[in-house]
Amino acid sequence: MAEFLSLAEGIEAVLSDGASVAMEGFTHLIPHAAGHEAIRQGRKRLTLIRMTPDLVYDQMIGMGCAERLIFSWGGNPGVGSLHRLRDAVENGWPNRLELEEHSHAAMANAYEAGAANLPFAVFRGYKGVDLPKVNPKIRSVTCPYTGEVLATVPALRPDAAIIHALKADREGNVLLEGIVGVQKEAVLAATRSLVTVEEIVDDFGERNANAVILPSWTVTAIAHVPGGAYPSYAHGYYKRGNDFYIAWDKIARERDTFAAWIKANVLEQGPEAFARYAAPARQAA
Amino acid sequence: MSHTHTEMMTVAAARLLTNDDVCFVGIGAPSAACNLARLTHAPKITLIYESGTLSTRPSVLPLSIGDGELCDTALTTVSVPEMFRYWLQGGRITIGFLGGAQIDRFANLNTTVVGPYDAPKVRLPGGGGAPEIASNCGQIFITMAMGTRAFVDSLPFITSFGHGAGKGDREKLGLRTRGPTKVITDLCVLEPDPETSELTVVSLHPGVTREQVEAGCGWTLRFAADLAETPAPTAQELDVLRELHARTRKAHGVAA
Repeated sequence: MAEFLSLAEGIEAVLSDGASVAMEGFTHLIPHAAGHEAIRQGRKRLTLIRMTPDLVYDQMIGMGCAERLIFSWGGNPGVGSLHRLRDAVENGWPNRLELEEHSHAAMANAYEAGAANLPFAVFRGYKGVDLPKVNPKIRSVTCPYTGEVLATVPALRPDAAIIHALKADREGNVLLEGIVGVQKEAVLAATRSLVTVEEIVDDFGERNANAVILPSWTVTAIAHVPGGAYPSYAHGYYKRGNDFYIAWDKIARERDTFAAWIKANVLEQGPEAFARYAAPARQAA
Repeated sequence: MSHTHTEMMTVAAARLLTNDDVCFVGIGAPSAACNLARLTHAPKITLIYESGTLSTRPSVLPLSIGDGELCDTALTTVSVPEMFRYWLQGGRITIGFLGGAQIDRFANLNTTVVGPYDAPKVRLPGGGGAPEIASNCGQIFITMAMGTRAFVDSLPFITSFGHGAGKGDREKLGLRTRGPTKVITDLCVLEPDPETSELTVVSLHPGVTREQVEAGCGWTLRFAADLAETPAPTAQELDVLRELHARTRKAHGVAA
């Protein structure tokens, strides 16, 4: 059964130095507050797994939390580069970052294989492209029925999955709606999981019978962090901070402006700083 | 009504889309073109974004592939594994709309790296959905602005496969889809030559010269014998596009 913890306790419980961690959320519900907590706790040598590293991994990479990144698209959506990721890859700052690079289709299939307790994922992809030349984990298998050669990648089985969700009930069941991404697969593929949530309710009440619910017994820990996805968003609670995504380009471009931002907004803050983004004034119309 | 090169690019791309198309939409220029088509001549076009939103009708252009606006206005939203497995790999998409940092004469695309992979001069975002969009959609439209850094003689890295090294290379890989059939730029429209699959200029935008197009390309460009002029954007197309961009800037908190 999921345990209700503070965010700091939750990160301590599921994330240790040297672990592999998937902090997922496809644009929607990105667990930014949890990323900040990992930075505050000074996690090191992590293997970060995420389809779209986004600002949360730009921040963790820039703070030296990671030694390896498994990903499929590393940009600031609609804006440009992730400058801290680029600085690590191009200049080894603050440390060298090893890349294991895939396509989205491969990552999505690999999470699903992990959730399904399979050793690898099979799909029709990587035809004619160069990624298999630089990523030896991309291999192929011949279909025993048709003879078609299909691409394979190993299943993703992270030590920890960390996601942000809309609601948990008092029993520790978790509800996600909207763009649900690969979070269900990431949690089910991982050994341990932490879910930060917008609110904790007595009962989910009226909901679609097919809503994505992670039962309490599939989740390790839950932390109540309203606003914890910002500048990503929580459907029906607050909108994506597109203005902040645009502003991040300038903040992260230089090492000193990045460090100053992290000091003021991460190191000298706690998870409660995110609550202002969940305020009614910012709620979706 | 005068227009910019970028507006011409968006309008020319939008005109290629029809009500019957099921279109996998990338962010940026493709998204603008697809939504312009939807707001003008192709109101019934099906737009799909890789975040899982099916048949979405955003009133403003999303900044990211998964803005809430896309989900709010979608017919339904599926998980990302379902999107890539059932809808894209399932062969249900007629047109994939891609952009890229670099393109070569056979419409292969690079969005991964400039320089060696292990010691890159510029690390680009990577492929994302593009490698499988390029192989699994019925056909591919590419839209990007011309320039010698973008239209290059040789790609340092092939992120998405176009026509390889020429005619027949897709078939050799077992690909049954058509690959890139149109490249819509800010200066002209190119199509693969039916015999060689090499990109050939088929239409110049109004007021653009051959020399301008040649200056924006890193290889020696071929021009079609019956080179056409792209019809200029109509006042209605420009009005709808400009209103869309104005709404978008307002929604994203950027000064108009």
